[in-house]
Amino acid sequence: MNLLARTSAVFVKDLLSEIRTRYALNALLMFVITAVAVILFALRGDTPGTIVLAGMFWVVVFFTGMSGLSRIFVSEEERGTALTLQLVAPPGVVYFGKLAFNVLLTLVLVAGVTVVYLVAFPGFIIQTPSIFFVTLLLGSLGLASAATIIAAIVAKAGSRGTLYPVLSFPVVVVLLMTVMNATIKSLDGEPFSTAVVDFVVLISYVMVMTAGSFLLFEFVWKD
Amino acid sequence: MNIVKYGAIVLLTLVILAGIGIPLSPAPQSWLEFPVIPGLEEKARNIFFHVPTAWTTVLAFIVSMYFGFRYLKTRNLEYDLKSVTSAGLGLLFCILATVTGAVWAKFNWGSFWNWDPRQTSIFILLLIYGAYFALRSAIEVSEKRASLSAVYAIVAGLTVPFFIFIMPRMMSGLHPGAQGDASGSGPLFESGMMAGNMRILFYTSLLGFNLLYVWLMDLRLRVARIDTEIMDQRSED
Repeated sequence: MNLLARTSAVFVKDLLSEIRTRYALNALLMFVITAVAVILFALRGDTPGTIVLAGMFWVVVFFTGMSGLSRIFVSEEERGTALTLQLVAPPGVVYFGKLAFNVLLTLVLVAGVTVVYLVAFPGFIIQTPSIFFVTLLLGSLGLASAATIIAAIVAKAGSRGTLYPVLSFPVVVVLLMTVMNATIKSLDGEPFSTAVVDFVVLISYVMVMTAGSFLLFEFVWKD
Repeated sequence: MNIVKYGAIVLLTLVILAGIGIPLSPAPQSWLEFPVIPGLEEKARNIFFHVPTAWTTVLAFIVSMYFGFRYLKTRNLEYDLKSVTSAGLGLLFCILATVTGAVWAKFNWGSFWNWDPRQTSIFILLLIYGAYFALRSAIEVSEKRASLSAVYAIVAGLTVPFFIFIMPRMMSGLHPGAQGDASGSGPLFESGMMAGNMRILFYTSLLGFNLLYVWLMDLRLRVARIDTEIMDQRSED
């Protein structure tokens, strides 16, 4: 099998096991609904401005992602299948297969959060859809690329749940600041050209993170 | 190592005495007077302490990343020891830079913390150090601890250029060199407000703090090696 086919085999394996249990998806969905409900209770009918809405949007995405994205590697350690996977596939194949799955999961997550926000907050009106969708796409790619390598580290370390957001936040904070910036622009109805700067930062972030993780993954994965 | 030790002591004593003692004058006549920088006045003296500690923080982080990288290449635990020692010193200098910066911000900008891009960067650097040590304390096996923390240091280090080069130019800020400030690295350096004698003292301080870092690194490495030897002897008994 060539590398692409092997990578997609790892991806399909994770996708199938997710479809059978729907563990991550259900947990993420419930987390999003709980978080948005807490925000709505806290607001008590107040209508927040675009800056707060854009910020809250990514706060929910970040913490929901932190509760579910580490599963990709933690489940391998828990089920004791990590060694088998090490034997049958080279590290790069495993990394990109897992990354692809996390990208898909993050895309589903941000789509879900968008729908919930459109329903729950009357002030959440996407005035420039082009900025919004490019931000969601690049933001998901960036979040997934950082979350995947940190998940690999956390899965090999002892305490899994608590450490994950602590390790992830310093790494993704650049990404969060940039996507929040771009999301405010899309809610305020600014033209597409104003957000190009943010997109350049996001694209370079995704490339740096993915390339760095690919090179370093081997040292984490091999025992 | 004695040269480093005495060099650090002599240079930093000189910097403390001269940095605090040399009087300010609106029109400096002799080389033993600093010019008054409008808006900074006496507060300008902090530049001899705040900037070198911030510089040493970044240096310690780069050294830590470098030895982490060497560990991954060679699997020699000696490199991991150097990496973690440098990270510990980096945390110390990071706290010093944050505190001197916060004090300076209080008296120049009105509050201890303003979320200026550089303050944000140093806060994130503190978080990175905190996360690094949290990760290390979570792992028992020393080889695993070494390789995982080295990878984390490098991954976190990948985002540092974004803070240094991109964030300050995207966000408005208060530090010299922020967005809207055309004078590049800052008015103190570029527009000639910092007189020649201030520059010399500044570079002396930079050298002094770097020597202090090297000296502390040597001391802590020696202590760590003695610690591991004692542990080994105890486990043999």
